[in-house]
Amino acid sequence: MSKLALHTYTLLQTVTSVGLSAMAWAVTGVRPIWNGSQPSERQRIYFANHTSHGDFILLSACLSETERAKTHAIAAAEYWGKSRLRRFIAQDMLSSVLISRQWTSEEEHPISIMLSVLDQGHSLIIFPEGTRNMSDELLPFRSGLYNLSTARPDVELIPCWIENMSRVLPKGQFLPVPLLCRVVFGAPVAVAPGEDRRAFLQRAREALLALDPRPDRDD
Amino acid sequence: MRHEISILIIGLFVVLSTASVTAGILSMRAPKPLSATLVNLTQRINAWWVMVALMTVAFFFGRYGMTILFAFISFAALREFVTLTHSRRSDHWVLLGMFGIVIPFQYWLVWTAWYGLFVIFIPVYCFLLMPAITALHGDTERFLERVSAQQWAIMISVYCVSHVPALLTLNVPGFEGRNLLLIAFLIIVVQGSDVLQYIFGKLFGKHRFSPNVSPSKTWEGLIGGLVASSLLGALLSFITPFSPLEASGVAFVACTMGFLGGLVASAIKRDQGVKDWGHLIEGHGGMLDRTDSLVFAAPIFFHLVRYFWTV
Repeated sequence: MSKLALHTYTLLQTVTSVGLSAMAWAVTGVRPIWNGSQPSERQRIYFANHTSHGDFILLSACLSETERAKTHAIAAAEYWGKSRLRRFIAQDMLSSVLISRQWTSEEEHPISIMLSVLDQGHSLIIFPEGTRNMSDELLPFRSGLYNLSTARPDVELIPCWIENMSRVLPKGQFLPVPLLCRVVFGAPVAVAPGEDRRAFLQRAREALLALDPRPDRDD
Repeated sequence: MRHEISILIIGLFVVLSTASVTAGILSMRAPKPLSATLVNLTQRINAWWVMVALMTVAFFFGRYGMTILFAFISFAALREFVTLTHSRRSDHWVLLGMFGIVIPFQYWLVWTAWYGLFVIFIPVYCFLLMPAITALHGDTERFLERVSAQQWAIMISVYCVSHVPALLTLNVPGFEGRNLLLIAFLIIVVQGSDVLQYIFGKLFGKHRFSPNVSPSKTWEGLIGGLVASSLLGALLSFITPFSPLEASGVAFVACTMGFLGGLVASAIKRDQGVKDWGHLIEGHGGMLDRTDSLVFAAPIFFHLVRYFWTV
């Protein structure tokens, strides 16, 4: 890429990221609640509940600008890679990383793609439920979280509960209803020595659920 | 009108400065770390500076400033109300309409002074059409609760709030071109009453007014606040079309409504299990925490003035 193109590219991403964060604030008044962890320069994997396309915008709006620049959301190639426009929005504007559920070669393996991002010193936002959740229950976690953590044990895993986003922008809608949102950041979760995959995923899921400020909600 | 506005601005400046200095002295003398009440007091006073500054700016932009400012207040209030109450996925379009259609249309009616539609658009048309849309969606789960919450949300946050800028549309003989001062009078008296009730309550409060709804409201605070704000109303009669006696009467009615507004807002918050509506205004809570009294006072004040003072 030429120098000019590279500059344009970085500028596009900065403008998009600042613009989206400002918009997220204007619509949802989003505020971070640091409940067990603190903002930090450390390399992290933020894992969150997933109900809406707006989720990672809300989450990254809660990070500092420098953190945001080196934090990438993991998105499904099946959805975001479908057309050139979607791919442009996901990869070039939002600097997210696309992974495929139906990978064929070893380079396409989701874990190796995510590890290569971590190896550049960057942080990740992942949605371990694997899809936007339409139900009221948090879905069981996919095993990526476990595999990443055992491969890179020094990267912190931070559970992040995104509140209300399913009401702001439900799956299938494109206009957001302005409602107040919070993102609750919990204490880091790590794989304990000898802990097996299933037990760890269960524990990570419970750590995320514990952050829901309104657990007795009945809707 | 310039004369009256200058006096108001100087008056507010003196009151806020006195409050800031008093809070500063109290904080200096108090044992460290400061008590929560004192920290909160300082935050509240600082937020008052910002709110008064914003109101003053909007004031100088006249009809434009007031209409836009209160449309935004409605937006913030509605957002808090809807966030707090129950809704379902199928309510998405109704909720969008409340923000995207009801607010702009109601304020357009204020702007064009179309009184006939202004007073009935929400209580008649929205009241009937919103549940109709919800029913058409076919989702009957907790139907009445959802529909009531939506209707209350726009009544409180949009309909009631819009009566403040609507004061500009009233035609009071001999008071032409000075209607902005009616807004100033209403806001100063009602918000002043909140502050005075708070002060009287903190100083003399013993007997709780309604322990089940709002533990912080006391009889002493209520009576002291209402008497003092009626006097404040009489004192401010020079900016109104009212005589001093009338001004104190109108202030008394508005502040009583304001008190009831705070009480109802507390009951809703208690029912929903929260202490504040939001976090928009440091030390005060959300927009509705600050405007709950104005919300109840504005329509009554509007109609009192309209009935007794306009042609």
